[in-house]
Amino acid sequence: MSPFWLQIGLTLLATLLLSLVLGRYLARVMTGQRTLLDPLFDPLDGLLYRLVGRDACSRPMNWQRYTLHMLAANLAMAVLIYLVLIFQNRLPLNPLKLAGMEPMQAFNTAISFITNTNWQSYGGESTLSNFSQMAAITFPMFTSAATGFVVAIAFIRALIVKDGGADLGNFYRDLIRFSTRVLLPGALLFALFLIWQGVPQTLDANVAVNTLQGAHQTISLGPVAAQESIENLGTNGGGFFNVNAAHPLQNPTPLTNLALLMLMSSLPAALVVMFGRMIGNARQAWVIYGVMGVLLLGFLAMTVLPEQAGTPLLHQAGVSLQAGPLQPGGNMEGKEVRFGIAQSALYAAYTTAFTTGSVNAMHDSFTPQGGMPLMIQMMLQCVFGGKGVGFLGFLVYGLIGVFVAGLMVGRTPEFMGKKIEKPEIVLVSLALLIHPLVILAPSAWSMVVPYGLSSLNNAAMHGYSEVLYAFSSAAANNGSAFAGLNANTPWYNLAIALVILLGRYPPIIFLMAVAGSLAAKPTLPPSVGTLRTDTPLFGVWWFATILIVGALTFLPALVLGPIAEYFAMATHHLF
Amino acid sequence: MNRPTAHPLSPQAPLVPPASHLVAAGYGSPLLKQALVDSLIKFDPRQQVRNPVMFVVWLGALVTAALTVSPTLFGPSHASHLYNGVVTAILVITVWFANFAEALAEGRGKAKAASLRHTSTELHARRIVADGREETVSASALNKGDLVRVERDELIPMDGEVIDGIAYVDESVITGESAPVIKEAGSDVASSVTGGTKVISDSLLIRVTASPGDSFLDRMIRLVESAQRQKTPNEIALTVLLSVLTLIFVIVAAAMAPVASYLKAQINVADLVALIVALIPTTIGALLSAIGIAGIDRTMRFNMLATSGKAVEAAGDVHTLILDKTGTITVGNRMATALLPVAGCSAARLTQAAYLASLFDNTPEGRSTATYALNEGARPVVGQDKAVGTEFSAETRMSGSDLPDGRVIRKGAVDSVSRYVTEHYSRPVPPDLTALTEQVARQGATPLAVAENGDILGVIMLSDVLKTGIRDRMEQLRTMGIRTVMVTGDNPVTATVIAAEAGLDEVVAEARPEEKLTLIRREQAQGRLVAMTGDGTNDAPALAQADVGLAMYTGTMPAKEAANLIDLDSDPTKLLDLVAIGKQMLITRGALTTFSIANDVAKYFAILPALFITALPGLNALNVMGLATPQSAILSALIFNALIIPLLIPLALRGVRFQPKSAEVMFYRNLMLYGVGGLIAPFIGIKLIDLGLALVM
Repeated sequence: MSPFWLQIGLTLLATLLLSLVLGRYLARVMTGQRTLLDPLFDPLDGLLYRLVGRDACSRPMNWQRYTLHMLAANLAMAVLIYLVLIFQNRLPLNPLKLAGMEPMQAFNTAISFITNTNWQSYGGESTLSNFSQMAAITFPMFTSAATGFVVAIAFIRALIVKDGGADLGNFYRDLIRFSTRVLLPGALLFALFLIWQGVPQTLDANVAVNTLQGAHQTISLGPVAAQESIENLGTNGGGFFNVNAAHPLQNPTPLTNLALLMLMSSLPAALVVMFGRMIGNARQAWVIYGVMGVLLLGFLAMTVLPEQAGTPLLHQAGVSLQAGPLQPGGNMEGKEVRFGIAQSALYAAYTTAFTTGSVNAMHDSFTPQGGMPLMIQMMLQCVFGGKGVGFLGFLVYGLIGVFVAGLMVGRTPEFMGKKIEKPEIVLVSLALLIHPLVILAPSAWSMVVPYGLSSLNNAAMHGYSEVLYAFSSAAANNGSAFAGLNANTPWYNLAIALVILLGRYPPIIFLMAVAGSLAAKPTLPPSVGTLRTDTPLFGVWWFATILIVGALTFLPALVLGPIAEYFAMATHHLF
Repeated sequence: MNRPTAHPLSPQAPLVPPASHLVAAGYGSPLLKQALVDSLIKFDPRQQVRNPVMFVVWLGALVTAALTVSPTLFGPSHASHLYNGVVTAILVITVWFANFAEALAEGRGKAKAASLRHTSTELHARRIVADGREETVSASALNKGDLVRVERDELIPMDGEVIDGIAYVDESVITGESAPVIKEAGSDVASSVTGGTKVISDSLLIRVTASPGDSFLDRMIRLVESAQRQKTPNEIALTVLLSVLTLIFVIVAAAMAPVASYLKAQINVADLVALIVALIPTTIGALLSAIGIAGIDRTMRFNMLATSGKAVEAAGDVHTLILDKTGTITVGNRMATALLPVAGCSAARLTQAAYLASLFDNTPEGRSTATYALNEGARPVVGQDKAVGTEFSAETRMSGSDLPDGRVIRKGAVDSVSRYVTEHYSRPVPPDLTALTEQVARQGATPLAVAENGDILGVIMLSDVLKTGIRDRMEQLRTMGIRTVMVTGDNPVTATVIAAEAGLDEVVAEARPEEKLTLIRREQAQGRLVAMTGDGTNDAPALAQADVGLAMYTGTMPAKEAANLIDLDSDPTKLLDLVAIGKQMLITRGALTTFSIANDVAKYFAILPALFITALPGLNALNVMGLATPQSAILSALIFNALIIPLLIPLALRGVRFQPKSAEVMFYRNLMLYGVGGLIAPFIGIKLIDLGLALVM
């Protein structure tokens, strides 16, 4: 096995290169320039435009209309998903004759998938019919990813608009164009790749086989490849199988593992490159990319190194923790032998950084200090982050940073020539407030009520970590689970659904309002008196703002969870 | 009124001035005493609630006070009455420090308003009634159009216009300028008088021009009082941000309690309150309003009157300054700067003739010519006191002297003198005169020809003279990214030369006053903020349109009403000071916010391990400062948090050191100073306090 740093380094490099190419392409797509795929997909666009209404797809929208249409479309789709799930027993393509979903669980699932979260309180193969997998799971994987992405596009347009124009584009046109030019071809291509690698794609039911040992085994099958490619390309994360990408049919080879990593990281990283091209300032994009990249590297190291180092008890037991040709070493609990430490830790760091949520190892079994960075990445939600929203979350810190830094140089702060004043600060502050509120309040509440505690699989700090992870994952619209926590209870279904909603829409609405406010402002010509935000120095400042205003806020909670557990583990306490 | 001695554009204040600097900055002991009293009044919750950050501390003190009485109020706790009492005391002192900062900042404005009010209530008038008799009435009874007589040593009761008489008036109550000014009927500026000023010679007959309650003095009182109360736009935005951060920290700390109870880690509620208070941005929260008030106050100490803090803040923001040439860039008058003889004439002869020609010329140009010539070697001649002077007239456009020795010397516009020598003496005009004239004009100067007995000797070059230091100031403005535009009625050649010499970015020549308005609109359309000065009535629309309009006190009433700032010294150069004051106000806020938030890092490491030392002893590994006991760790963090406020009061009141530098340079410097400094300082401070506490505990 190659050294773990080489595996990781090559993956990171591949992410970088892919995002560069894709970023250019995205900029072409989103600024309405011709692309190679146009002849192929223009007819499809035309069909979809006619379906939504030609007029509705061409009218320019200000921020209110854009947001309203986005919310209305999301609501309509959520209702549809909900209905499909509870009535799946009466709908076609249900070879296993599965019953309709419980309303509360269906509510949770509908919200989870329409928000790009893909928190799953059900086990896919045992709960959902093939029709539900396609209509209620795979379909919103496209639209929710596109929704987050186009919101970011609208925001970027607000920064480019000169002199008080209010138009941020058209929601439906953006949504359709992004889906048909990026998500659909990408998903198609990768689905074929996955099928080649052995991932099933069928409408047949399970197959029953007799194993070599003579046992009877039922192997779940279904339209896996199609769902899986968009699951990761759209940073959705909800798997066909309960154990997600740890399942050999979902992630059969090292090559598919790498492909999944590329899928989930490519678009969020390319979005930054696209941003640079859209605003015509590559330096600005590189500052953002750089800060996100450094954060990712840091958290990645914080995950990989402790996992490779193993635990004190393993040391004491005399287990060799060194990675070698014959064994991965380190803490292998909850990890697939096929992937080993590096690929598991890398996958965990990627899935939380890009807030995808698919997993190829059980995060619950990570060491406390190795699991903590996963939580922090979701608490920040902007280490690249999910489709669009991660970028917007990053801008929240940037706007707060630019406000304070702007004051420090004696100017009313400006970001890209737009003044940052009271309305923007009010909205950005509210967006900043949402995250700690919806993570910390319900997880604290869960620790003192019986219906909260009854779901815990582990006690003490580790129990709190499970709950904290669950709500962080929900708020960040990540969807990965720490496992261990039984989330299919009325309290967790409801609370997590609400946290998902609050973690998704209010920040988007606040930021769209910021976009509206910024779009209406004149663009000030830069001068030497203007604080530039596209310098390495500002990058350092941005980085510090994220760590001090963002990450440190969660330190008290982390102290009671993973940090306390780590110190307890050092003295050989286990939970 | 205390006048600041240092120029804000020049480096002045050290980072943390010692307390004695407070006195130097004009915050003497009477103000300190008054502030001590006022700071106690500010404990009123109705006042506290206006500052959300400090209100949380105030509420926290209530909670810990309750815990002092009954330590087990919220559940079992090992904390003693004494410990909770000490926490309460520190919190109360923290709030009190904040109150003190605000009270101190308000002090001088209040004192100023009180003294002005005192002046205004004491005013009486001798009103002239219909039959010519005089009656004594209170100034508040005067109406527009009333006639009043003011005798020597009396105060002028109301703003008005001099109808009759000429007198010296002491306007120091308004302007702070002790030299009296002359007031007389008939001229635009010198005929207007202001209520509250004192006639110190002769007497004046004045027609009242202001309505009761609307005199300049009334407006001034209102401004001094109200400008302090309004928050500026950036201050409001920052308050919002700080309030939300406070709310976040309250949530963060409050969310620990249920988790701690689940982990069976007993937690003292007073310690949680301490964590909240330590984390919320109390440093900037306590000083924010003082910074704003001090900014307005600094404007006042530079003898400018702001209608609102908004105007001062906007001054820090301006992109474009529109400057008049005369009075702002150049001193009011042209001066002789060279003497250029024509071919065949010696320099000495021209110098002597130029001197003699100016003997009777009392214009500033004439006096400067005489001075220049004397410096260049001209000598007074015997009998010059018996010479006969010829004054300048519009018809001849020449002046000069006829000396007893028969010499007839004239100087004047080149074409007039040329005509004079050909017509009166039939002498030829020297062939190189045209070249000399053009040479002078090319340099933006005005040529005057000098002739002696019909011989043109040469040319006096009269140039605009830049005010001292104006080049440096323009240079500083450019490094700050501020564009300067000079507006002048001069011809383009002169204007361009001056602009180049002073280092201005743009020049508008042969401008009529209305063009300022057009210019401002053009700049604003490009998203720029514009500042300008003005004094005339025809400046009023432009002053109103500009984002920052600074009117001269000596200017007309419409100008003063249209502007959002008035300079009582009537010095247009002060616009540049205003920019510095505005920037300093913003920088101080940004710097202290950064400092305050950066402080949190150390406080986390002081308090978090201390909270759970019994239940989760492993967390002591986070005690990187090696603080002695959990109690002393928490108290040290709280004491540091409280003490930093009074330590930074001088900085808040004086403003952080401001140097005109580019945004990049300023950002780097302040980031290192207040960001990195703010990270490191509390680690040291808390450790030192902890060591100190170990001696007493």
